[in-house]
Amino acid sequence: MSASTPLDIADTDAITGLRAHALAGGRGHETLFRNLSFRVLPGELLWLRGHNGSGKTTLLRTVAGLSTPFAGSVRWNGQSLRGDLLAQKSLVYLGHHNGLKEDLSAVQALRFLSQLHGRDASANGLHAALRSLGVYHRRNLLVRMLSQGQRRRVALARLALETQPGLWVLDEPLEALDDGGQAIVRSLLQAHVQRAGSVLMTSHIALQLDGVPVRELHLSTTGVS
Amino acid sequence: MHPFFHLLQRDVRLASRRPLDALLPVAFFVLAASLFPLGVGPEPQTLQQIAPGVVWVCALLSAMLSLATLYGGDYADGSLEQMLLSGHSAVLLTLAKALAHWLLTGLPLLLVAPLLGVLFGMDADPIKALCLSLLLGTPILSLFGGLGAAITLGLRNGAVLILLLVLPLCMPVLIFGAGAVAALQSGISPAGHFSLLAALLLLSLLGVPVATAAALRISV
Repeated sequence: MSASTPLDIADTDAITGLRAHALAGGRGHETLFRNLSFRVLPGELLWLRGHNGSGKTTLLRTVAGLSTPFAGSVRWNGQSLRGDLLAQKSLVYLGHHNGLKEDLSAVQALRFLSQLHGRDASANGLHAALRSLGVYHRRNLLVRMLSQGQRRRVALARLALETQPGLWVLDEPLEALDDGGQAIVRSLLQAHVQRAGSVLMTSHIALQLDGVPVRELHLSTTGVS
Repeated sequence: MHPFFHLLQRDVRLASRRPLDALLPVAFFVLAASLFPLGVGPEPQTLQQIAPGVVWVCALLSAMLSLATLYGGDYADGSLEQMLLSGHSAVLLTLAKALAHWLLTGLPLLLVAPLLGVLFGMDADPIKALCLSLLLGTPILSLFGGLGAAITLGLRNGAVLILLLVLPLCMPVLIFGAGAVAALQSGISPAGHFSLLAALLLLSLLGVPVATAAALRISV
């Protein structure tokens, strides 16, 4: 590749953070978004908005590397999240599904996820994470005995285990949570942004974070505001 | 510890939480194989002759029983997404899943097989050969089964499709597995059959996890 193409110039000036360039994607053969370019710098939170079916989840899956983009590229610190295993290690993706096994206890399910992702899996660390999400007293119950909101809290306890300024890709993290749960997640988001982490997330509930600017991306217009 | 072992440990633990589900393949294996003496008749000559084939066909079918849930459960609850995004080689993780499947279905079949051999009136040497052929062959069934499960993930009628995809692929295993015992019974050395089985095992160990990982990436 020659260094004079605009793509290369754009590539080099955004080595850190998340950068999507001319991204197109969708489900099956249906294109949901095209020619979408945006950035999430370290210490930034980008709130992805759009009506139902506008492709928010698909965009998050494409950014995380679960779906292949139809065109364009996604780079995290200059690396592709789909191919680069090392780049994947700084990613936390939380989709609609919680990723918890129903037949494990809450703490076992969380331990497996943190072992899988190479995070702190010590009993102390897991207990502290569960405590900060307010589900410590439920830690030995099987996941299938937990309510929808409690399961979400256990899944979100992964965020409390994070210490590095990585990339969080969160699909409706506030869903199924009560007011107290939402406040906890807001403070986790705040802490992550303040340690120069990046967040790309969707939410139907308004996002107001103290001291943290929230940028919005409206998917129907594909313009960053 | 590598996540390979964490995943293996988790799958074995999950199976221990549902012991009835875990024992289903072995129960099917014993039950199906013991129907043959009742249907064919009690002549020792006939039973000894059909024993290797019957045991192998029943092993093949019972290994297929738990395939629909091999990746289905992880797909439904989002664990599979997390595995593919974990920053570890998906090939190694599918290998862990296949090994867990073998430990939970293949190994029990191997342990019960001598019992069925006695039931069919087989001698000690053919029973040993049967166990060795199962030891070499059942891991291949788990590997190809995992591939079928990964390809049919999220499809309706996935369970039936797995059978249609995997059974033809497993025919060589059946032929050489049952053939080894039959060769021994008719006084020929089964070494050639065992070598071919071992070669099949090595080939599928090298190739099938790669294909399974690719199929998972498409299905998820």
